Amino acid sequence: MVATHTSPNYMTIFWWLSALTIIEVGVIFTPLAKLVIAILLISLALSKASLVAMYFMHLRFERRTLGLIALTPLLLATLLVFILVPDHSAVPHRTSDAVKVAPAAGHR
Amino acid sequence: MHPGAEPAESPLTPESWGKLGMWVFLAGDAMGFGTLLAGYGAMRYGSADWPSPYEHLGISLTAFMTFLLICSSVTMVKALEAIKAEKPDRVKLFLGLTILGGAMFLGLQAYEWTHLIQGGLKIFGNPWGASLFGTTFFIITGFHGMHVTGGVIYLSVILTVVSRSRNTARNYMLTEIAGLYWHFVDLVWIMVFTFIYLL
Repeated sequence: MVATHTSPNYMTIFWWLSALTIIEVGVIFTPLAKLVIAILLISLALSKASLVAMYFMHLRFERRTLGLIALTPLLLATLLVFILVPDHSAVPHRTSDAVKVAPAAGHR
Repeated sequence: MHPGAEPAESPLTPESWGKLGMWVFLAGDAMGFGTLLAGYGAMRYGSADWPSPYEHLGISLTAFMTFLLICSSVTMVKALEAIKAEKPDRVKLFLGLTILGGAMFLGLQAYEWTHLIQGGLKIFGNPWGASLFGTTFFIITGFHGMHVTGGVIYLSVILTVVSRSRNTARNYMLTEIAGLYWHFVDLVWIMVFTFIYLL
C-alpha cells in the first residue's frame, strides 16, 4: 500500500522552517532579558521540531500510537531536567555575589 | 481506536512494523540526545564562567548548516513523492541531493571543528572559561555528526536498493523509514543549534 494520506505542501513547511531559523538568529541580538530570550528560543526550536515531526515525519497523518511513542522522550527529558535541579545547589564552584568560592585546582 | 483499524486489530497494531520499529529506535535515540542536552544544561547552569556560545562558536556558518539540513529534509520528502509518482529518475536525483546535503553538512562541520580547535577550543579546555564548554560542545555536536554520517551511509544503501528495484510499494516503505531517520537527524540539529549555539 502506498501512502494513504494526502501530501502536505512541503515548500510551505520549508519556508516556515527557514523563517523561524532567521527569527531565532535575530532574537539573540535583541535587547531583551536573558530569560525572555531563552523562552523565545526554546519555543521557536520546539515549533520547528514540531513542524518537522508533524509534516516531514508524517506524524500528523499517523495513528496516535506513533505520536505517543514520539512524545515519550520529550516527557522523560523534561523530567530529567527537574531531576538534575537539586544538583545545581550542590555544585561547589558556582559563585554568586553572596558567596565567592575559589575554583578547585585543575578545574580549568 | 483509529477509524481505519480492523476490529481484530488492537490500537497498537501498526500500519507497518518497520515504521513502528524505526519510531521506537528514534524514541530511544532521542532519549540519548535528551540526556546529553539536559546534562549540558545542568553543567552550564552550575558554572559561573561559562563562555557566551555565540561569541566564540560563530553562528553564521551553523545557521547555514541548519538551512542545509532543512533543504535536505525537503529533498527527502520529494524523493518519497517521486516514488509514489513512479518517476525513478527523480527518485535518484532527490535521494542523491539529500545525500549531498548530508555530506556537505559533514564537510562544514569538519571545517568548523578545525577552525575552533585552531582557535584554542579543546575537549579539556579553552581560553574563554569553563573547560566543560569544550567537552560538551565536542561530545554533543560529535554525537550528532556521527548520526549524520550514519544517515549518509544509510541513504546511500537505500539509493542503491531503490535504483535496482521496481517494487514501488516496497521502495516507498524503505524510503519512508529511512526518511524518518533523516528528518530525526534534522530535528535533533534544530535542538542542538538552539541549545549549544544560540542560548
